[in-house]
Amino acid sequence: MKKPSAAPVLSVHRAQKRFGAIEALKDVSLEIFKGEVLALLGDNGAGKSTLVKCISGLHALDGGEITIDGKRAALSSPAAARRAGIETVYQDLALFDNLTPAQNFYCGREIAYPSWLPQALRFLDRQTMDREAAAVIERLKVKLPKFDAPVALMSGGQRQAIAVARATVFARKVVILDEPTAALGVRESRKVLDLILQLKAEGNAVILITHNMEQVVELADRAIVLRQGRKVGELKPSRSNQQKLVSMIVGAEA
Amino acid sequence: MAIKPMPDATLRDSFRESVIARASVLPWVLRLLNIGPILILILLAIVVSILTPNFLKPINLGNILAQIAVIATVAIGQHVVILTRGIDLSVGSNLALATVMGGLVFRMTDSSTAVMLAMLLSGTAIGAVNGLVYVFGRLPHPFIITLATLSICRGLALEFSVGHTTMRGMPDAIAALGGYSYFGIPNSFFVVLAVVLVAAVFTRYMVWGRWLYAVGGDPQAARGMGIPVRGVLVSAYVISGLCAGIGAILLSGRTGASSPLYGDLLELDTIAAVIIGGASFLGGRGHIGHALVGALMIGVIRNALNLLNVDVFFQMIAIGVIIVVAVEADVLRNRLEAQARALQSTRLQ
Ligand SMILES: Nc1ncnc2c1ncn2[C@@H]1O[C@H](COP(=O)(O)OP(=O)(O)OP(=O)(O)O)[C@@H](O)[C@H]1O
Ligand SMILES: [Mg+2]
Repeated sequence: MKKPSAAPVLSVHRAQKRFGAIEALKDVSLEIFKGEVLALLGDNGAGKSTLVKCISGLHALDGGEITIDGKRAALSSPAAARRAGIETVYQDLALFDNLTPAQNFYCGREIAYPSWLPQALRFLDRQTMDREAAAVIERLKVKLPKFDAPVALMSGGQRQAIAVARATVFARKVVILDEPTAALGVRESRKVLDLILQLKAEGNAVILITHNMEQVVELADRAIVLRQGRKVGELKPSRSNQQKLVSMIVGAEA
Repeated sequence: MAIKPMPDATLRDSFRESVIARASVLPWVLRLLNIGPILILILLAIVVSILTPNFLKPINLGNILAQIAVIATVAIGQHVVILTRGIDLSVGSNLALATVMGGLVFRMTDSSTAVMLAMLLSGTAIGAVNGLVYVFGRLPHPFIITLATLSICRGLALEFSVGHTTMRGMPDAIAALGGYSYFGIPNSFFVVLAVVLVAAVFTRYMVWGRWLYAVGGDPQAARGMGIPVRGVLVSAYVISGLCAGIGAILLSGRTGASSPLYGDLLELDTIAAVIIGGASFLGGRGHIGHALVGALMIGVIRNALNLLNVDVFFQMIAIGVIIVVAVEADVLRNRLEAQARALQSTRLQ
């Protein structure tokens, strides 16, 4: 008999994805466990974002399957993936510029009433949403200039912090972060990294995409390297094999 | 930003001060730009009433309200579509077809309910066609399908009215809605207010409205957040069609007739109203009431130029110039927002 913690929360089995002539994913498999940070590494265009978009329901796989808690999951849409407990901070589409932080927080799963109406026709419970979003942002010590202004007026770091804070609140099983610290200063990055550690401590499985080897060594329990859509390596990152990791990424290992 | 060593402390301080000064002025300028259309409307009214005393006479004000009722109603629907980064070019012909449908039903029955329903259904159906073909036909832009229905609806309206340029007669209830006044305020304007109110509740207080702004703000991200983007888009065109149907009731009520020639260039007037009112072609911005402000502004300008005996073509030029000003204001707002963002980053260093 297996212990529950020994079964992966999420596993991807022989994923395939093509965009026309480009094979973005070729036979990629991975497993991730509760309370683990998995770094997903690879050069530009290696297929990292494509892989996470398949997991979060934005792209459909051309082949292979994804299981959650051992059961095959049909992640046919982002809504389905969110319902299955997968929370994603996308690399390119993190926030709505025209909405306030609270509106961004709850976008796509608004707190609304009455419950007998279809979701689209319910009335927004704006007070509750504002209050809870403000509480979270306060708790995570994210400094915002104004809480009721559109996020278009906020800096890159504040925006990224809002996106990550949203994921930490709704996270139930798996959190995927696609380059969450790209374009952030040292201090702002630190804040995001702390949030990631907190997610891990709360028992989430975290998939982290980053080009920063320091972060990989500090945070990741395991690292998977993609190159041109293939998985080319998997290891436990440490100071001593950091160099090996880099050569795997660029494809220069002896 | 390049990091240069500051020569001395005073220079650094003056730099900081200018940053702080700009940071405190910017939000004010942005706020001013947001209420700009209303300010300009008020200013315009003051200037016009000084130029021509006839302007403020109750009967003239009532006329303006009656004249803009159709534009305002249809502009609300247009605004909903523009909120999603779309455009509905078919509203004018859609309205004409709806009046013709209403006219045909009126030949068969005297029931004003039946005639109104015919107009509303016709408008909504065309809206649904626009939305469904745009979304499920995977068209790159709604410009194409609504341009097609602009032509198709006008053709259908002419075909169904078999050569008549006007079909006289409308049921009393419709004539009352479109033509009569209540204490000097045209009934049609109460309809406009009701439409604005309902639209405001839907767009600001309901989940559907939030989705509308999200889809307009960033369609890809909206999909990523699990919002039914296609459904939201289709619904926007359906609402625009419904508003064209309501506009058809008002116009045929005012004229006591239906005509395949109605609504000519109404798409331009409504788009102008939305843009002048302060919405953005970039989508996801602007309060629905802005469409009403825009329509009022068009109404006031036309009326004033009429009172001042200015040629009709000058009216067209004036509206065109104001559109350019409004779009420039939107561009300016986006630039200032980008600056505000940059300042935000500097201040955090
Ligand atoms: N929607 C798409 N349509 C067509 N091709 C795509 C699409 N998305 C990604 N690709 C292609 O798939 C390949 C993998 O892209 P992907 O975005 O997954 O790379 P990545 O590893 O995330 O790179 P980066 O580090 O630059 O973010 C690239 O060759 C890319 O051009
Ligand atoms: Mg990527």
